[in-house]
Amino acid sequence: MAKYIATPGKGILAADEGPGTMGKRLSSINVENVESNRQAFRELLFTAPNALPNLSGVILVEETLYQKTSGGKPFVEVLQENNVVPGIKADKGKVKLAGTNGETTSQGLDTLGARCQQYYKAGARFAKWRAVFKIGPNEPSELSIQQNARGLARYAIICQENGLVPIVEPDILIDGSHDIKKCAAATETVLAAVYKALNDQHVLLEGTLLKPNMVTPGSDSPKVPAKVIAEYTVAALRRTVPPAVPGILFLSGGQSEEDSTLNLNAMNKLDVLKPWTLSFSFGRALQLTTLKTWGGKKEDIGKAQEVFRARCLANSEATLGKFTGGTAGGLASES
Amino acid sequence: MSCYKGKYADELIANAAYIGTPGKGILAADESTGTIGKRLSSINVENVETNRRILRELLFTAPGALPCLSGVILFEETLYQKTAAGKPFVDVLKEGGVLPGIKVDKGTVELAGTNGETTTQGLDGLAQRCQQYYAAGARFAKWRAVLKIGPTEPSQLAINENANGLARYAIICQENGLVPIVEPEILVDGSHSIDKCADVTERVLAACYKALNDHHVLLEGTLLKPNMVTPGSDAPKVAPQVIAEYTVRALQRTVPAAVPAVVFLSGGQSEEEATLNLNAMNKLKGKKPWSLSFSFGRALQQSTLKAWAGKEENIPKAQAALLRRCKANSEATLGTYKGDAQLGEGASESLHVKDYKY
Repeated sequence: MAKYIATPGKGILAADEGPGTMGKRLSSINVENVESNRQAFRELLFTAPNALPNLSGVILVEETLYQKTSGGKPFVEVLQENNVVPGIKADKGKVKLAGTNGETTSQGLDTLGARCQQYYKAGARFAKWRAVFKIGPNEPSELSIQQNARGLARYAIICQENGLVPIVEPDILIDGSHDIKKCAAATETVLAAVYKALNDQHVLLEGTLLKPNMVTPGSDSPKVPAKVIAEYTVAALRRTVPPAVPGILFLSGGQSEEDSTLNLNAMNKLDVLKPWTLSFSFGRALQLTTLKTWGGKKEDIGKAQEVFRARCLANSEATLGKFTGGTAGGLASES
Repeated sequence: MSCYKGKYADELIANAAYIGTPGKGILAADESTGTIGKRLSSINVENVETNRRILRELLFTAPGALPCLSGVILFEETLYQKTAAGKPFVDVLKEGGVLPGIKVDKGTVELAGTNGETTTQGLDGLAQRCQQYYAAGARFAKWRAVLKIGPTEPSQLAINENANGLARYAIICQENGLVPIVEPEILVDGSHSIDKCADVTERVLAACYKALNDHHVLLEGTLLKPNMVTPGSDAPKVAPQVIAEYTVRALQRTVPAAVPAVVFLSGGQSEEEATLNLNAMNKLKGKKPWSLSFSFGRALQQSTLKAWAGKEENIPKAQAALLRRCKANSEATLGTYKGDAQLGEGASESLHVKDYKY
């Protein structure tokens, strides 16, 4: 299952925005945050003609796992019929770590086993848990690294015990004015801690996937070329991610649709030994322009679906190092 | 903090990559004075400096042997010795395209409160010693940590202590221009299954790489010298294919791709077994982003030692025996060994000594 999700030419659509986050997206296009609108947008994505062949998985939130198309077909079946594996967000958000400068750990371990069993019954075959780190003068702190790594490892083994492939997501936020070297150092330290924790908890690495940040300068720092991002990112992964892991699917973390695709493409073009596939698990970087094109209007669904299909194809090409740049319009460069 | 980026970084990366050249491997000739004494006494040769020098000259000048090697690990005494004609061993090796290396640990000491587990010493003054060794021509170093398998072993303490020692040693070496070979040896002694050995090996290697990361070691400028994953010495043997699968899987689960090469210790396997197992690993399909080679002591020298028997007139015969084993292992790194090396006396003989202390 993990190997299938990591198939070259495919990647993951992260459509697991909780109702709160989804609310922010919908309000940006003046659409009311009610269940029917959330359902309508996800239906737009999952039924977009010719989009699904570029995907191996879609991450859902619990609400969406049980929703249907307007024609009455469960979303899970729509995905399964198109060889797209349904996945489920398994964490329950972040809580602050006392005594730190705003650092957090993720919660959701209580009852996780039972929830995994339910999700499995409903058709999910992989899960996702997001741990969040930030870069600052004293961050990420040792406490934050230990706690988040341990949480990821506990989550991972519980998933495996219940039939779900755990996507391990240690997201180091892009916020800040640090340079790319600082991001690289933090990424290597965090990933080393994560894999030590996974080993401690006896997680079967061959049955996991990694969803890390790309290694980039901070959002307030000058940009660097895609090739540089590719080199730093792949070096960091080569130093920390054991070859047993079948695939690495990057988060987009606030990068524009276009940058995310260009960076992924550059990584796959890099002439360096990479014992895991490098792909995408994008949320905003797949949906932003699509959302705006839809604007909540039924008559714009077709147009929006075409935009979505084009972004999926672009990223599929990027996993093969074959993306030649520039698909959708101006919004694709918007961060 | 990121990893080491000091003045030796490029050189470390280049030397580590060179040692991992397919078709080549390491001769571990770093037996301490005490250990070489045991070898010499097994062929009734007196343990004096001259004899130690003669044996090493025999090895390093064996016709055709050096091209099969990328490195030789030496003991401090040997680093400063010369051939009978007066040429420093270090020069002989360098001219033969072989990097000289140096054993830098100072043996094991027991960990109180454990069941005979040990940690390794040698960190005091290590930086200065590395500088001296570099000046004498050494370009890599070796430090052996020892762990054992038992009902409650290896303990967390033993794993933590040994991993930390290896990581401290490694960064000190890099700061002083020597590529550190990281050797976490899990002894083969015991009646445990290959599954148990795999489980322990994976735990130990994970701890090592976490420690190396903690200490900011540049992985591209290191090598790993692990045990192969095998059943215990008192358990039934398994085929080379099985050893290959378990070993490669353990490495895939723990050794980052940034490490250029894994050079196995032979740990008491016979010469032929060690070669066959290495060969099977290199024939295996699957993800192997590091080259898989050898760093053999006993498994390269056993037949040679017996053929020499301390007699000058036997030197050519002994050198031919060494060449046969070197060639066999060179082929094994390419997966092309056919098992046809004319077996010298002792090539199939197990070299296992219970609870081996170097």
